[in-house]
Amino acid sequence: MDPKGDHWLVRPGTIKALWRGGIFALVGLVAADVFVPHDATFGVDGWPGFSAGFGFLACVGMVLGAKVLAKVLKRPDDYYGE
Amino acid sequence: MESSFILPPALALIGAGVLVPLTRGVVRSVVMLVAPLLCLALVWLVPLGAQVAVPFLDINLVVVSGTKLGRMFASVFAVMAFVGGLFALRQTRAVELASAFIYAGAAVGVCFAGDLLTLFAFWEAIAIASTVVIFSNGAQARRAGMRYAVVHLLGGVILMAGIAGQVAGSGAIAFGPMDLASWPRVLIFIGFLINAAALPVSAWMPDAYPQSSWSGMVFLSAYTTKTAVFVLIVGFPGVEALIWIGMAMVFYGIIYAILENDMRRILAYSSANQVGFMIVGVGLGGEMALNGAAALAFAHVLFKSLMVMAAGSVLLMTGKSKCTDLGGLFRSMPVTTVCAIVGALSISAFPLTSGFVAKSLITEGAAEAHLAWVWYALTAASAGVFLHAGIKFPWFVFFQKDSGLRPADPPLNMRLAMILASGLCIGIGVAPGWFYLLLPYPTQYLPYTASHVIGQLQLLLFSGLAFFLMLGWLQRTLTITLDFDWLWRRPGVAVWLWTATTAERLWEGIAQGWGRLAEWQVPKLAAGRGWPTGVMAFWTTVMLAAFLLIGAF
Repeated sequence: MDPKGDHWLVRPGTIKALWRGGIFALVGLVAADVFVPHDATFGVDGWPGFSAGFGFLACVGMVLGAKVLAKVLKRPDDYYGE
Repeated sequence: MESSFILPPALALIGAGVLVPLTRGVVRSVVMLVAPLLCLALVWLVPLGAQVAVPFLDINLVVVSGTKLGRMFASVFAVMAFVGGLFALRQTRAVELASAFIYAGAAVGVCFAGDLLTLFAFWEAIAIASTVVIFSNGAQARRAGMRYAVVHLLGGVILMAGIAGQVAGSGAIAFGPMDLASWPRVLIFIGFLINAAALPVSAWMPDAYPQSSWSGMVFLSAYTTKTAVFVLIVGFPGVEALIWIGMAMVFYGIIYAILENDMRRILAYSSANQVGFMIVGVGLGGEMALNGAAALAFAHVLFKSLMVMAAGSVLLMTGKSKCTDLGGLFRSMPVTTVCAIVGALSISAFPLTSGFVAKSLITEGAAEAHLAWVWYALTAASAGVFLHAGIKFPWFVFFQKDSGLRPADPPLNMRLAMILASGLCIGIGVAPGWFYLLLPYPTQYLPYTASHVIGQLQLLLFSGLAFFLMLGWLQRTLTITLDFDWLWRRPGVAVWLWTATTAERLWEGIAQGWGRLAEWQVPKLAAGRGWPTGVMAFWTTVMLAAFLLIGAF
């Protein structure tokens, strides 16, 4: 399909704008965190940007963990023949 | 306080279950919509502390016992029956609808059960009615339904054994907080955990639920695991093992959902993950964490059913449920897409949704208990929820590639059910005050602090960044990932077949030997010439079943 004729949401220009807006939001959130008072329970969790870094790394870790597990446990979806 | 004027709220839904097959058209619709509202009214008419006892043999069964926790769970179960009933109005299979309402009623019954025998009766009703919901989807659901039935009937036997031991040991049948200091209580604990889809018997949920119909899974996803969470909160609060069990479920759900291709199995794995959060909350045991477990269960009934309704709408309108076949549906299903996104944001605990105000009570409970590893693990898992359910489900179903499918939004009643559930998810998130009033313990917790909101948004949006940066690795393939059910579907079946063949051979040998003996010794005794093996196998089974029944009761 001609990309210009498709829904506005999937046009390259929109996707570019969404990425820009998203990155702006990410940077803005970490910046805002510097000015917000924290009552940390464990220390590290009170650092500005802790959640950003922790969330990102946790997701990378879980996806990598899933990839490793898939090496062992992945099967064709008609494996059980049902 | 004894009162005989309290009507058990479960009766409203069970009654509807009986009426549904006897009615049709508008009358059936009215039954399906009025009964849940009547049930909700009855739930609130049970005063706290009230008890309705019914003599049975020489014991008094407390069939209704009013507690704050029970009222909270029963309320959301009744609301869910309304939402699910509205969604399922066009379901033509009366068997499914009838069993779904009996199932919902039994779940409400558990919330008010004041003793272990009443609890058990409703527990078994849940197992049987939910099995019928799965079976009613026809031939494709039969094998998974059978595995589901076996797991749940086994769970029931274990629970009954525990209850029998508990009653024999202590003489008391009241249902209240217990510890794991005796074997019967351990059995009760295991019985509860089987219905919670705890590892290693977790696989029944992603195995069986997605085999139910587009409407059946809406009911299934709401009741069984949440009644299990309810009884764990009542029976085993603060049992440390639950922290480990729950945490294992949390990460199992995430990892398997990441690898899954079928949208409804993704949602089932995501339920294992969410129930894991609740079970960790029960294990933590403080008032904050127990409130959190109850709150998340309440919120989960609504947002998970919302996601399951969105998936059910897609299944009904396209006949497909694999991510590899779907994509780009937002173009023609805008209402379903928006509702799915509301559900996805709620399960991810986005600020202004029910998940945010509910789940943070559990993480706060871990912080209060100064259990750093639990807190960090739950926070990592919260990021993982956005990854495996919050973005993955809407992205692969409604966006990603253009599958070329252009299904319309589902009929009006289904759209209304989704819009209603979306409204409740957002309503709870925007105004958590009244929601917190329902909790079993009073709380002054304020979810909307600047650091909490910004922290949560960071956690979620950076998970989103991780998702899109790793999208290549997350693309779905036509594969499944072996789960614990492999153990009983492969080696288990092999062992069973071997045992059965060996037993058959052994029996044939005996029969032949007997036949020869008869020919040689009593040639005139016709009965000795060997019965057909099938007849003997049948009677042996009957005898064994009789022994089992005698043993169980």
